[in-house]
Amino acid sequence: MTTRHEALASRIAARFGSAVTAVPGTAGEVTFEVAGEVLRDVARTLRDDPEFSFETLIDLCGVDYLSYGRDEWETNDASHSGFSRAAERPVIVPEDDAVFDPRRFAVVYHLLSIRHNLRLRLRTFTGPDNPPVVPSLIGIWQSADWFEREAFDLFGILFEGHPDLRRLLTDYGFIGHPFRKDFPTSGNVEVCYDADRGRVVYQPVTIEPRVLVPRTIRDDHRYEPVLKGPQRNG
Amino acid sequence: MAEFQQFTINFGPQHPAAHGVLRLVLEMDGEVIQKADPHIGLLHRGTEKLAETKPYNQSIGYMDRLDYVSMMCNEHGYVLAIEKLLGIRPPVRAQYIRVMFDEITRILNHLLWLGCHGLDIGAMTMFLYCFREREDLMDCYEAVSGTRMHATYYRPGGVYRDLPDSMPKYQESRWRSGQELKRQNEARAGSLLDFIEAFTAQFPGRVDDYEALLTDNRIWKQRTVNIGVVTPERAMQLGFTGPMLRGSGVAWDLRKKQPYEVYADLDFDIPVGVNGDCYDRYLVRMEELRQSNHIIQQCVRWLRANPGPVMIDDHKVVPPTREVMKRDMESLIHHFKLFTEGYTVPPGEVYAAVEHPKGEFGVYLVADGANKPYRLKVRAPGFAHLAAMDEMVRGHMLADVVAVIGTQDVVFGEIDR
Repeated sequence: MTTRHEALASRIAARFGSAVTAVPGTAGEVTFEVAGEVLRDVARTLRDDPEFSFETLIDLCGVDYLSYGRDEWETNDASHSGFSRAAERPVIVPEDDAVFDPRRFAVVYHLLSIRHNLRLRLRTFTGPDNPPVVPSLIGIWQSADWFEREAFDLFGILFEGHPDLRRLLTDYGFIGHPFRKDFPTSGNVEVCYDADRGRVVYQPVTIEPRVLVPRTIRDDHRYEPVLKGPQRNG
Repeated sequence: MAEFQQFTINFGPQHPAAHGVLRLVLEMDGEVIQKADPHIGLLHRGTEKLAETKPYNQSIGYMDRLDYVSMMCNEHGYVLAIEKLLGIRPPVRAQYIRVMFDEITRILNHLLWLGCHGLDIGAMTMFLYCFREREDLMDCYEAVSGTRMHATYYRPGGVYRDLPDSMPKYQESRWRSGQELKRQNEARAGSLLDFIEAFTAQFPGRVDDYEALLTDNRIWKQRTVNIGVVTPERAMQLGFTGPMLRGSGVAWDLRKKQPYEVYADLDFDIPVGVNGDCYDRYLVRMEELRQSNHIIQQCVRWLRANPGPVMIDDHKVVPPTREVMKRDMESLIHHFKLFTEGYTVPPGEVYAAVEHPKGEFGVYLVADGANKPYRLKVRAPGFAHLAAMDEMVRGHMLADVVAVIGTQDVVFGEIDR
């Protein structure tokens, strides 16, 4: 299994050259980073070339790397200063800026070749634009239709060339993109019945977001070989 | 009347044939569908976002609630992804138990599908028959996990506990007493494996009964043959997996092609359709019932002969037993750490997929080295299937929409997540 995936990785690297960048990962999984400008060409070749023939786009999803690698547990500093450590939450400033960190939003594609029984993962970073944009792959794989709508809905990533980019999962008239890391888990608004007006109304949420188990990153010696490998986006 | 030819109708979200909370906006020309626009998300709970705020093990229960008719298969995908990141493999016995319960789950799922699909297009009896068998399989769930649906039985590193030696029994009640109670408890006298074995011995006969009612039934065929035809090329293009893909004639099954757990050691066949219509998908699923039954029988034989551990012995991931915890300091520390903070997994990303009863259920996990997932994406098979609704029903009659919803086997827990 693994050697077949290594062969696939070297074939892709040889075929696309500088258009793609290999990302080291778990054994048996091949990941490449593709720039948005060449994404459509790379995808079309991957689908049509019999050497690859990835007939199916099995999954497409957005990822927000805003707080990647940040934890909520001030282990070292807090050991002199008492027990308040677990209550701290990281302050994630909502970014209303004109530009984003170019490596904040990514779209991850999982391809499957039924003919060769191989899987491939592609990742495209959206760049600094606000709102983030990547080209749509709906002309190459029809299954991208709803997956792209979902990623647009949840992350606010625009897919250039998608004919019908509407919200999919959230409510009619929903504001915001809930899977962004700066969107609170409890949301911004709640609905309730207003007896005076005799209808259901939106109001700001009344529950406080709280952390039950803080996010903790440990330097675990057992994972040293993994940690020593080249890291993405730390 | 000519000016009323074109109109739009709203189907669902409270329609019993919509299988949950599907809202379909149909543009009709007379009784012919011009365009179908499914509106989903009425059951969106943000499972993936919730999982980002919880330690890994606490989200296993959420997985049951995704596709709430094939609970353990969802857990399996999630648990496999964590195990892949941690680089651990469960003991062989645990792998057999997982495979056995995956197949029990497949039968559960297909029985619900068959019952509801039948009910939708006019075969009332199927519903009652299927729920009779589902009852027994739910009892298997109850025996190992204590709950009949949302089991939370699979854990990274194995399964929560070994198979029990006794089955839960019916109690005397106003509805059940005397001879009837005795008869119902007879099959539950032995261990869980005895019960499952007795079930698998009679189940093929039950499938024969279903087939006697449907397979050559003229009405059934009129409602399903040549309805919702998908060519193999389109099926791949649309991201179909599972019976939807195999019904179109593509022999693709992860249990054979990318075997996980012990599927490589088991003997079973993959049924494949020819025409890619609703009837072929029905035939594929019926044969899958028989094949799953065959796999369960093999697992029961193996599990009887090979006792052993069902969890790995690594207490950095798996909590120690309670008896040890009471007298060993280190075990107590492990227990405390695991239940307050959880384990951390190495940074990286992983995609694990299982052959879920509905298709490929994939879990894409991005970890940054913390005790919670950084990003969890659930690839639900039904999502891609429902996205193809428009293409499948275009040009069909309104009544065929119900047949297509049934054949897609949609469950909104997984589609809306």
